[in-house]
Amino acid sequence: MKMREINAKQITDAVSDLCMKANFDIPDDVIQVIKKAYQDEPSPQGKDVLKQIIDNDEIAHNEQVPMCQDTGLAVFFVELGQDAHITGGLLNDAINDGVRKGYKDGYLRKSTCNPFTRKNVGDNTPSIIHVEVVPGDKVKIIMAAKGGGSENMSRVMMMKPSDGLEGIKKYIIDRVRESGSNPCPPIIVGVGIGGTFERSALIAKKSLLRPLGTPNPDPELDKLEKELLTSINKLGIGPMGLGGRTTALAVHVIVEPCHIASLPLAVNIQCHSARHKEITI
Amino acid sequence: MTDILKIKTPLTDEVVSKLKSGDSVLITGVMYTGRDAAHKRMIDALNKGEKLPFDIQGQIIYYVGPSPAKPGKPIGSAGPTTSYRMDAYAPTLIKLGLKGMIGKGWRAKDVIDACIKYKAIYFGATGGAGALIARAIKKADIIAYDDLGPEAVRRIEVVDFPAIVINDAFGNDLYVKGVEQYKQTV
Ligand code: SF4
Repeated sequence: MKMREINAKQITDAVSDLCMKANFDIPDDVIQVIKKAYQDEPSPQGKDVLKQIIDNDEIAHNEQVPMCQDTGLAVFFVELGQDAHITGGLLNDAINDGVRKGYKDGYLRKSTCNPFTRKNVGDNTPSIIHVEVVPGDKVKIIMAAKGGGSENMSRVMMMKPSDGLEGIKKYIIDRVRESGSNPCPPIIVGVGIGGTFERSALIAKKSLLRPLGTPNPDPELDKLEKELLTSINKLGIGPMGLGGRTTALAVHVIVEPCHIASLPLAVNIQCHSARHKEITI
Repeated sequence: MTDILKIKTPLTDEVVSKLKSGDSVLITGVMYTGRDAAHKRMIDALNKGEKLPFDIQGQIIYYVGPSPAKPGKPIGSAGPTTSYRMDAYAPTLIKLGLKGMIGKGWRAKDVIDACIKYKAIYFGATGGAGALIARAIKKADIIAYDDLGPEAVRRIEVVDFPAIVINDAFGNDLYVKGVEQYKQTV
């Protein structure tokens, strides 16, 4: 079978565009759930916060400015068709070039720095790129702008198999409680259970990409997600931690098999500024 | 909608004493921006016996690293960053006369104690509302640590900047009070 050729330049331009769009336009599924929460929130201060978020996201879209000043590290999930051939450069370079361009042209904040000196890299690279080879001859690129405030509240925990489901639930709820107002609630809680240490974190992050309001394809997990959401929203943290019933907008769970000795659990916290955009070339 | 108090900077002890945890405020006047790296440099400067880049008496520091300004705009998006990372530095600045901090998220006990002892306020602003908050910022000039980019210290002029009192000068904490009020048994 003949390979389909995709030029690296095309990827760079698409990525640049994704970086800007993701930061300017809140996904429709997210804003719909926030608007619903605004109707239901009993706390007046919580309601004020939700109103500010709704107004803010509208301004960002209308004026094409970033909805949050933390325009994030640029995280990419790439599904590369095994019959697609990237020409004219390397895939990773093409993506990073797109990040440089998008973050500059879109007046987005550059947030990558040296971990020790804290010196800013200046162009928001390197981005975080996860590539998966899939059937077909296309390439699908999902860009997520991940802010530091909510990422800092995320954890990977190697639980004991004896901790079981109850231990997992407790850990997740405690994590949200301890995070309090820091990750800009209302949040979305991404949970990865199983795999290895790093795999659990990856699937937790991936779970955040599922559109809000869609059920988990596994009915048992769907039940678990709803139960966790109810428990979390009883914590009282509320919008921006000022007190209220809307602490989380959703809980998403992905489960994979793990080692007989392990029970990896990752909780990736996502703020209400849940920015992602995708394109298929 | 809760009642909204209008306040002006610099903050006086009299104004600080009137503010209660849970009060919504609109702030007008001059404020300074600073976050992680700028705080580290300010404290390093003090340790070397040097002066701070601005007179801190009665001032408010806004924990923010704005996005770049589009042409014709004073500033880009400018919402608060998480405050606990400044906890190591804040008590020193409060002792020197800092009267207000704006950020998001809980503060360490040291900071809350310093707010009581020296009469200062910790305000919360809505995280992730950077495009909305930017509208309250009319002017922004970098006055120190230019090389830090988004983390440079800026002098900003604000009109009706929306915030809420989290920690007042009497030891009240909205993050504790608010959660207590809406908590249901899990
Ligand atoms: S946690 Fe999210 S909404 Fe809050 S400041 Fe960071 S990126 Fe923005």
